Amino acid sequence: MSDADLKQTNNGVAPAGAPLDVRPRVHGEAMDGPTDPALRDFGHNVTDPTAPPVPQADPLLIGSEQPAGILVDDGPPVLGAGTSSIGGGRARIGDRIFVSLAQAAGGFIILLVVLVGAFLLWDAIPAIRDDKVNFFTSRDWLVTGATKGEAFGMVGLLWTTVLISVFALLIAVPIAIGIALFVTQYAPSRLARPVAYVVDLLAAIPSIIYGIWGITVLAPKLTPVQDGLSSALGWIPLFKDRNVPVGTVFNGSIVLAVMVLPIVTSISREVFERTPRPNIEAALALGATRWEMVRIAVLPFGRAGVVSGAMLGLGRALGETIAVTLVVRTAGNGAPFDWSIFGKGQTFAARIATGGDALFAHPGPFIAAGLVLFVLTFVVNALARSIVSRGEFPS
Amino acid sequence: MTTATAPSLRSASSGLAGRRLKNNLATVLVTSCFLIALVPLVWLLWTVVSRGWSTITTSSWWTGDQRLVPDWHTSGGGVLNAIIGTVEQVLICSLISVPVAVLAAIYLVEYGRGRFRSAVTFMVDILTGVPSIVAALFIYALFIIKFNAQFSGLWVSFALVLLMIPVIVRTTEEMLKLVPNELREASYALGVTKWKTIARVVLPTAFSGILTGVVLGIARVAGETAPLLILVHYNPTKNSNPFNGDQASLPSFIFHEFPNAGNSASATKNPFTGQAETIKNYAAGRMWGAALTLIIIVMLLNLIARLVARRSKVSQ
Repeated sequence: MSDADLKQTNNGVAPAGAPLDVRPRVHGEAMDGPTDPALRDFGHNVTDPTAPPVPQADPLLIGSEQPAGILVDDGPPVLGAGTSSIGGGRARIGDRIFVSLAQAAGGFIILLVVLVGAFLLWDAIPAIRDDKVNFFTSRDWLVTGATKGEAFGMVGLLWTTVLISVFALLIAVPIAIGIALFVTQYAPSRLARPVAYVVDLLAAIPSIIYGIWGITVLAPKLTPVQDGLSSALGWIPLFKDRNVPVGTVFNGSIVLAVMVLPIVTSISREVFERTPRPNIEAALALGATRWEMVRIAVLPFGRAGVVSGAMLGLGRALGETIAVTLVVRTAGNGAPFDWSIFGKGQTFAARIATGGDALFAHPGPFIAAGLVLFVLTFVVNALARSIVSRGEFPS
Repeated sequence: MTTATAPSLRSASSGLAGRRLKNNLATVLVTSCFLIALVPLVWLLWTVVSRGWSTITTSSWWTGDQRLVPDWHTSGGGVLNAIIGTVEQVLICSLISVPVAVLAAIYLVEYGRGRFRSAVTFMVDILTGVPSIVAALFIYALFIIKFNAQFSGLWVSFALVLLMIPVIVRTTEEMLKLVPNELREASYALGVTKWKTIARVVLPTAFSGILTGVVLGIARVAGETAPLLILVHYNPTKNSNPFNGDQASLPSFIFHEFPNAGNSASATKNPFTGQAETIKNYAAGRMWGAALTLIIIVMLLNLIARLVARRSKVSQ
């Protein structure tokens, strides 16, 4: 049977009594299909001699041979789809206005970030030029609001900012991973949602309240911990006792750790939830304990997500202002550089926030500090996002 | 053969106990992580409630301002000056942020193509990470330095816009993505134009989700303190004009009371009457009271956001 024959048979009226051969064909040879005519005819009982003849469409044509109501192009205009001439002009203008509004909103956001960088740079450059010491290598901060002859450098601020944030992350990340594992792998599903909600509540508390709680309630309780750590590890400069009972960088780190915990937790939770079910089940089927399953299936899968969550937490910690300002004591102008986490210190954000009259009189040095902070958080956040978008875990 | 299997068998049998021990240890550790996170939450909430409760239940707290309360050992007054400032600043901020953010999210989900789209996405991410003090410094550099403007609540609102936009863009984006494509296609098939489809079909479907984002954004900026330190001064008197003059808000109220909150009570002699008196510290009570007020507002907003999200037509 050639293709032409097939066409002929299907196009014409089925000969009465002769069953229509509709078995699938390979190179013109009929394949053996089901012998039941009802199945073979796909429910259309064209073999019934009493039935009126059913016209068969050409199988090579989609739809019937008669033109239907749909035309793709030419012919009279079809209503709708934005191509209509009836009211279409107005609709297109509406569309165009809407698109440009939406684009403008997106452009506004880009402009905003560019402006932030540009304005900080604009005011920071002359201030850095007038600086009596090298801004990028000096540890001094002798700023009183005079427009000329001030000495200020970023090294001390940078050290405290990085130290306090990194230490906060060292505390927060393991706990966040633990909570994320608890919510996704350990807790019964009835409990998982409330637990996640409770951790999210930590993010809802305003940072100034963390600040007043941290310095008046938490810090005094941490004094013995501090003393214990510094007497055990005091031979390392990082943990040297500085005899500051409350208001140390260490206190600030603990408060920051609590504050970044919900961010790191929620991102880790999201990636752990996406661990492919087959991986988990394969691990369990091989006889792995729950912990071994987590170690071989969940953790490797979520690693990139956890890292990016930690980076986002780091970005938050670097820029946190008021809690750090309230909790960590300032060493004061011209105090010697201190490596220890049990000493006083000041971060970029806290320095700007406590600028006060000096800032209002001559904001240059503070804007320079703000610029460094902006660049720092920009880099950290961009890194975090690039890890996410590199596709190491589906986002 | 025997030398190879014997030790592996032995290690398997002793390993079983070891593996079980490790597994139990991990379970305990993971569970305790959650309990550790509970400690600061409960501790902090308990501190704020127990120390602030007696203040916020006094009669003048919700109706008075701090005009007649000159120092830390004077009682009375209320938080109205701060509440008005917070409400107005957040309201102005929302009026600017919400349209921009929702439109930007619509662009990203419905229209965005190519380079411009990825640039907008990237900038939203960067904006998410901009520290509040940097946002405040930017507004300071732009308006106070360049345009020589006077301090007012308006500049705080502007700084808060930078912090609020990314929160709303992110949530709205997620919600718009959840709107099933079939709805859009059905609308196009009926001949509705794209922008009308978005305005009449997509946005109403995602409405409660977007509202959740807005409420979360409000909760995020209501407790923001940094802009208040460099863009406006604290004002003990009620000032309901955000465009002119100093204005208090709840975080700056707390920050204002903080330096005196640690002063201790003492017994003194009244210089006029010569009678013995006790000086009591009321600043601490006011500070914790304002903190409790702020927490109540923020938690209420969060609760509203949760309830609205639960009624959402599109779900996760």
